[in-house]
Amino acid sequence: MSLAAVEEEPRHPEGAEPDYIRGKSGVMSWVLTLDHKRIALLYLGTVTLTFFLGGVFALALRTELLVPENGVMDAMTYNRMFTLHGVTMVFFFMIPAIPGVFGNFFLPIMIGAHDVAFPRLNLASYYLYLAAVCLGLWGMIHGGTDTGWTFYTPYSTTTTTTVLPILAAAFVNGFSSILTGVNFIVTIHTLRADGMHWMRLPLFIWALYGTSVIQVLATPVIGITLALCAVEHFLGTGIFDPARGGDPILFQHLFWFYSHPAVYIMVLPAFGVASELVGAFTRKPLVGYRMIALSTFGIAFVGFLAWGHHLFTSGQSAVDAGVFGFLSMLIGVFTAIKMFNWVGSMYKASIVMAAPFIYTLGFFFLTVFGGMTGVALATISLDVHWQDTYFVVAHFHFIMAGAVVMMFLGALHYWFPKMFGKLYTEGPAMVGAVLVILGFIGTFTPQFFLGNEGMPRRYYSYPAHFQWLHVTSTIFAYILFLGLLLVLINLIVALANGKQAPNNPWGAPQYEWDIPSPPTEHNFPATPVINRDPYEYRGQEIIENAN
Amino acid sequence: MKVGVMILAAAFYNEWMRKLLNLPPQASSIAEGVDNLLFFVIAVTTLVSIGFALVALVLWAVYRNKGKGTVGQVVHPGIMFEVVAISGPLFFFLLWFFIGFRQYVEMESPPDDAMEVYVMGKKWMWKFAYPDGPNAVGTLHVPVGRPVKLLMTSRDVIHSFFIPAFRMKKDIVPGRYSELWFTATEPGSYEVFCAEYCGTGHSMMRGEVVAMKADEFDQWLAQQRNGFASRQQDSAVSTEEAPRTEANMVLQGQRLAGEKGCFKCHSVDGQPHIGPTWLGLYHRHEHLSTGETINVDEPYITESMMDPTAKLVAGYGPVMPTYMGKLTAPETAAIVEFIKSLRNPELQAQPSEPPTYEPSRR
Repeated sequence: MSLAAVEEEPRHPEGAEPDYIRGKSGVMSWVLTLDHKRIALLYLGTVTLTFFLGGVFALALRTELLVPENGVMDAMTYNRMFTLHGVTMVFFFMIPAIPGVFGNFFLPIMIGAHDVAFPRLNLASYYLYLAAVCLGLWGMIHGGTDTGWTFYTPYSTTTTTTVLPILAAAFVNGFSSILTGVNFIVTIHTLRADGMHWMRLPLFIWALYGTSVIQVLATPVIGITLALCAVEHFLGTGIFDPARGGDPILFQHLFWFYSHPAVYIMVLPAFGVASELVGAFTRKPLVGYRMIALSTFGIAFVGFLAWGHHLFTSGQSAVDAGVFGFLSMLIGVFTAIKMFNWVGSMYKASIVMAAPFIYTLGFFFLTVFGGMTGVALATISLDVHWQDTYFVVAHFHFIMAGAVVMMFLGALHYWFPKMFGKLYTEGPAMVGAVLVILGFIGTFTPQFFLGNEGMPRRYYSYPAHFQWLHVTSTIFAYILFLGLLLVLINLIVALANGKQAPNNPWGAPQYEWDIPSPPTEHNFPATPVINRDPYEYRGQEIIENAN
Repeated sequence: MKVGVMILAAAFYNEWMRKLLNLPPQASSIAEGVDNLLFFVIAVTTLVSIGFALVALVLWAVYRNKGKGTVGQVVHPGIMFEVVAISGPLFFFLLWFFIGFRQYVEMESPPDDAMEVYVMGKKWMWKFAYPDGPNAVGTLHVPVGRPVKLLMTSRDVIHSFFIPAFRMKKDIVPGRYSELWFTATEPGSYEVFCAEYCGTGHSMMRGEVVAMKADEFDQWLAQQRNGFASRQQDSAVSTEEAPRTEANMVLQGQRLAGEKGCFKCHSVDGQPHIGPTWLGLYHRHEHLSTGETINVDEPYITESMMDPTAKLVAGYGPVMPTYMGKLTAPETAAIVEFIKSLRNPELQAQPSEPPTYEPSRR
C-alpha cells in the first residue's frame, strides 16, 4: 500500500522503530501488553495448549474404542473424556483459535490501523478466555463432568458429577467471545485507513465481521441458558426438569439457538483464511469478491434460523421440521457460492504449491463433503436414521473441525514469516500437511460408515460388528496425531533456527505483506492511505519458494 | 420381459448400494424409500466433493507457477458463473428437501388401525407393555405386515428409541408421550439402541425387536395373555412399578383411576362433573379456553395429567392438581388406555358441556 501520503508525524523520525517482539522485554511487557500482536501470541500459546489437550482426550477415546467392551478405561471415565474433548475443542480451541490469533494479529494491519479500537478490552478478552480455560481445567482435575458438551437437561441438572465449573467456564468464555466481537466490529467501522472503503476490505476481514456479529448476538443466549442450567442444578428451579414442571426440550431450543450459529463462529473465520490463501497462492485477483463477501452475511443471517434441525427427532411438529429443514438448505447454497469462487479462482492462475495451499486443497475436500453431508442431514427423513449416530459425528468433524484445523494450520504457516520474522522449512511442512489431511480423512470416513450402520454416538461399548471400522478410524487418528506433532516440531525448529524472513516471502498482494517482518510495534510509521484493491498484483516476486 | 429386467436391475442396485454404504437390512415399510433417497443424496455428495478435489488438482497441474514473478490472468467469469453456482446446488438441495419432507410426514402419520404398544425407557432398560396383555423387558415382539404404533415415555432423563433396520428413531422425553410407528416387512431380530446420551449405562441400553409372521405373533400374544411366558419374564427381572396382578392395562387403568381420585371430578358415564367426562373423550374435539380446538390424543391426555392448566377445556377452571411424580409411567399409560377404552364409536363426539359448578374466575 502506499505509504507516501503522510497524515501525521512519523513516530520514530530518527530511524526505524524496533519490531514488536524485540521492542520491549520482560515478563510484564507480555502479560500486561496492550499490543494486538502480542495479545495474538498469548492466544496462540493458549490455543495450542488446548488443542493439544483436546487431541489427547480424542486419542484416549479412540484407543478405548479399539475394543467393543472394556478397554483402557471404565464407562464413567469414557463419558467424562468425551465431554472434556468436546468442551475443550469447541469452547477453548475452535471458537477463539482463528479470531483470537490471526484476527487479533492481522485485523488492524489489514485495515491500516495501529491497533484495535479498545486495546485494554482486548487484553481483558484474553484474560477472560484464560480464566475460562483455568476454570475448565480445575473442573476437569476435580472429577470432570459426564454430560457431553451439549449439557442436555434433565441429565445435566441431575448428574452427580462436578458440572458447575465446566458450565461456568463456558459461561465466562462467552464473555471473552462477546468482547472480542464488539472490539472487532468497532475497529472495522472506525479505524479503517483512508481509501480502505468497504469493497476494499480483505475477505478475511469480512469473515471476521460476520463472525463478530454472530458472537455479539448469539453468545448471550448460551450464557443465559447455561446459567439457568446451573441454577436449576443447585436450586431446583424447575425450568427444564419435567419432574418439577419444566420442559427439557426448551433447553435444546435455547442451546441450539446459540450453538448452531456457533458453528459459523467457528467456520466463518476459516472461510476468511481460505479466501486469503487462495488470493495469495493463485497469484491473481480472486473471482467473485463481492459474492464471497455477501455470502458470509447470508450464512450469518440464515444461520440464526436453522437451529431446529438439531431437533427433528425430539418430537417437534412436522411443520416446524419442514421450516427448519428448508432454511437449513439455504446455508448450503451460500457455502457453495464461496466454494465455486475459490476453485474458479484457480482457473488461468499461476499456482504456487506450498504447505498453506496443501491445507487449502484439504480444506476444499473436507468442506464440500462435510458441508454436503450437512445438507444430507438436514434432509429430514434421512436425519431420522442418522441423528445421534457416528454419521453426525463424522459430518461435524469434517465441516467444523476439518475446516478450522486446516485453515488454522494453513494460516499459521502462511503468516508465520510475518508474525515471527522467521522462515520455516517447506519440506517437512508439506509432509506434515499431507499426513494431517490423510489422517483426518482416514479417521472420519469410517465413522460415516459406522453411522450408516446405526452406531450411536457417545457409546462406550458397542456390538462387535462395528469393530473393524472403529479400529480403522483409530489407526488413522494416530497418523493424524503424528502429522500434527511433525508440524509442531517443524515450527518450533523454525522459531529457534529459521532464516530471517523478508517482508513478502510469498510474493503475495495483500496489504499486510508490505510492512516489515515482524511488524513494528505500531505497524506503520504513519497511518497509511490505501489506493488499490486487496488482491491486486503489482508484480510482487516470490522470494521464499521451496519448489 | 423388459419390465422384469428393470425390476431385477433395480433390486440389484438397491442391494449393492446398501452393502456399499454399509446400511443395515431394510426391514420396515419406509426403509426402502428412505434408502433410495439416501443413495441419491450420498452419491451426489461423494461425486461432487471428489469432483471439486479433482478439478482443483487438475487446475493446479495445468496452471502451476512458472517463475517467481509470474502472475495469473485476471478472469471475470461473468454473471452466468454465479447463477450456476447458486442454482445448481439450490436445485438439488430443494429436491432433497421436498422428498425428505414428504417421507417425514409419512413417518409422523401413524395409520388409524395401528396396534399400540407402550414403551417406557429408564436408566438403562426398555420396557414394553401391550394394552391387552403382557409386559416385557428388552425385547419387543411385533407382527410382520401390521402397523405398530409405539407410545413412549421416559421415567428419568431423555432417551431415544432407535431401530436402525427400520430407519426409525424418536426421542423419549420424561413427562410427555412421543409416538413412533412402523410396519415391519421381514421376519427377524433387529437391534434397538438408545441414541440419546443418558449416563454410565447408555451404551448398554440396547434391546431388540423381534418381527414375527402375523399368525405366529397372534399365537405368541395368546400365550403371553395366558400368563405363561409373562410370569417367566417377571421372575427374571424385578420391576417394581408394573402391577403383576392384572395383565390387562384397561383394568389396571380403571383401578388406578379410582385409587388416585380421578373419579372425584371425572365421570365415565357422560354426566357433567367438575372435570370433563371421560366417556368418548378420546379423539373428541375439545374447545380450549384459548379458543383453539384440539383433538384429544395420547399426548394431550398425558399433558393434562402432568400439567393440567396448560390446555384447559373451555368453561372449566384451573382446579386440577398435577400428577407429575404421583404416577409412574406405566400407571399413566394404563390410565390413558382406560380413557381410550371409554370411546364409543356410536356416540357423537361433541365438545364437553360446561361443568356442574361455577368455575372460579381468576
